[in-house]
Amino acid sequence: MMEILAVLGFPLLGGALLAIWGERRWAPEFNSATSLCTFLAASLLAFRILVSGPLIVLNEQFFVDSFNVFLVVLTAFVSFTTTLFSRPYMRNEQILSSLSSQQLRLYHSMYQIFCFTMLLALLTNNLGILWVAMEGATLATVLLVSLYRSRESLEAAWKYFILCGVGIAQALFGTILIYFAAEKVLGAGGTALLWTHLDAAKGSLEPTVLSIAFVFLLVGYGTKVGLVPLHSWLPDAHAEGPTPVSAVLSGLLLNVALYAVVRCKILVGGALQNRFADDLMIGFGLLSVLTAAFLLWKQKDIKRLFGYSSIEHMGLMTFAFGIGANFAGLLHMTVHSLTKSAIFFAVGHAVQHSGTKSIDAIRGLIQSPAVGWGLMLGGLAILGMPPFGVFTSEFLILTHAMQSHPWATPVLLVALGVAFASIFGKVQAMVWGEMEGKTLPHAPAFLPILLHLGIVLILGLYIPPHLARWYHEAARLIG
Amino acid sequence: MAGQYINLLASILLLLAFAMLSQRRIKSLINLFMIQGMTLVANTVVIASTTGQTHLYYSALLTLTLKVVILPWILYRMIRQLNVEWDVETLINIPSTMLVGIAIVIISFNLALPISHLAGTITRGTIGIAMACVLLSLLMMITRSKAISQVIGFLSMENGLFFAATSTTYGMPMVVELGVALDVLVGVLILGVFFFQIREKFESLDLKHLEKTEEE
Repeated sequence: MMEILAVLGFPLLGGALLAIWGERRWAPEFNSATSLCTFLAASLLAFRILVSGPLIVLNEQFFVDSFNVFLVVLTAFVSFTTTLFSRPYMRNEQILSSLSSQQLRLYHSMYQIFCFTMLLALLTNNLGILWVAMEGATLATVLLVSLYRSRESLEAAWKYFILCGVGIAQALFGTILIYFAAEKVLGAGGTALLWTHLDAAKGSLEPTVLSIAFVFLLVGYGTKVGLVPLHSWLPDAHAEGPTPVSAVLSGLLLNVALYAVVRCKILVGGALQNRFADDLMIGFGLLSVLTAAFLLWKQKDIKRLFGYSSIEHMGLMTFAFGIGANFAGLLHMTVHSLTKSAIFFAVGHAVQHSGTKSIDAIRGLIQSPAVGWGLMLGGLAILGMPPFGVFTSEFLILTHAMQSHPWATPVLLVALGVAFASIFGKVQAMVWGEMEGKTLPHAPAFLPILLHLGIVLILGLYIPPHLARWYHEAARLIG
Repeated sequence: MAGQYINLLASILLLLAFAMLSQRRIKSLINLFMIQGMTLVANTVVIASTTGQTHLYYSALLTLTLKVVILPWILYRMIRQLNVEWDVETLINIPSTMLVGIAIVIISFNLALPISHLAGTITRGTIGIAMACVLLSLLMMITRSKAISQVIGFLSMENGLFFAATSTTYGMPMVVELGVALDVLVGVLILGVFFFQIREKFESLDLKHLEKTEEE
């Protein structure tokens, strides 16, 4: 229980303190320290779960099992490494974009609050609180997306707020319907929205109501996952916000939203005893993979390019959970989160280096080896080249699809091929070539990129038995 | 008897949703939003007194403070400071929007039918109206171009959801309602900041433009 309070307490407290001290010279270090504490607490929590099994505490309001603790650790880890990247990045931004002290306070404080809402969404046992936390995550990031207050960023933030607000309102309606169905079985009051109670009684929930509820929930949380056709906020929000925010949006927020969808799917699948929920996820997943892959071609903005790539990968995960390839889906969540944030770290410095986000104008990134190699290797990893971990998870998803849904395999292969062609060509052109870039006042952060790509490489070559057992356990819970 | 009051209040809500759809003046739109909040409070109190669900009194109190007092106050202040108090929005084709609205109401009633059959609450007849209110607010958000009216549409959609929760299940657990209320409040405050940023940006852009022409 102490661990849960620590995991939630550190970012909340850090966020409050950074609201006061966020413009100090040492604020970025303080930000990193807060996230490091959160990560340590999360690791401790994971250790506890591994040793003694699932945990339900604090009046049953918090529930931790293998499935969510793995995401808690991932979230805490990536948010920690992102703060490491954010140190030199934001110092450069301070000089290049002349950020005011008020903007820096806002940035640091909201970053921690954003981490808090994501961790709360993962740890809570209450479907209503899950909704509240997801909406909180939107609110925390809206002001981060509009941090630069340019015309484009204000427009992107507005679009983000309105689309996700409308989407998440549908999810609230879905939650109301689940409560309505559960109330008949579990009685009115607090327990009817607790996931553990719902899971125990899912066989006797009213199927018609739950199927309507799932449509609303999938549309609602699916908007935040970035599923096509509800994705249009995602590339804008990724492109216009500061790059650390793009990294955590892609690497973490999308995962948390998908987590909410999967939790709901477990309930609905159990109540309906058919493949309705799975088929919906397969449909949305495939559509997202395919649409995003073809849209990658046309992208001219480097951050939008990788935003679309996130849509593609989230679609792939949704598809994986739909066909029941849970192990592969969880692995893909991990490796995508690590790889995509590493790419955004490199992209952030690349944009500062060349002073533009336009792919055609960025050339010769190899002059700064950390940035050039980071983008090159990150690009190869995200495209599913062996020996990186993304290859393993995509391979597993494809083989699983061949067995259970053979018709989907060619579609996926075409999409992955198109994505490869578009991204590889663009990345290659940006990394090599001749151009004199600016020298950055603060050297780019090399460690986070190395750390992330290193882990992805290791996961591609060898999954430690402990981790594999953990994934299997989590995959079994999803069913 | 109470059932009649509930049906009356529900139909007022539906009427208000249509009124908002066609209202062009921003200040009147906020008035309508406030009346919608009051109707919601009255409805919640009637349900609470007939069913004896005491926690509904608390949620009525919450709605009263948030949606009848605080939010309209913030919105009034905002439009005064932004100086858009008397702005009139040009809405294209109100009659066809109304027709789409009527179609939405019919669809909602059909969609709500299976849920109403299962519900054991005295308010089950109004579930269709609740769903219609949600979708009509969505329509309002689509048809409006002004930022403030979009936000009012968003808030009125939240009202519709609250109404849906009271009529299907006599309200969500209190902790969830408090959380939702907090999110709505924070959301409106953030949007307030946002309006000023948008405003500021446009003015400063204009200034830059002027400077450029002077240099040339």
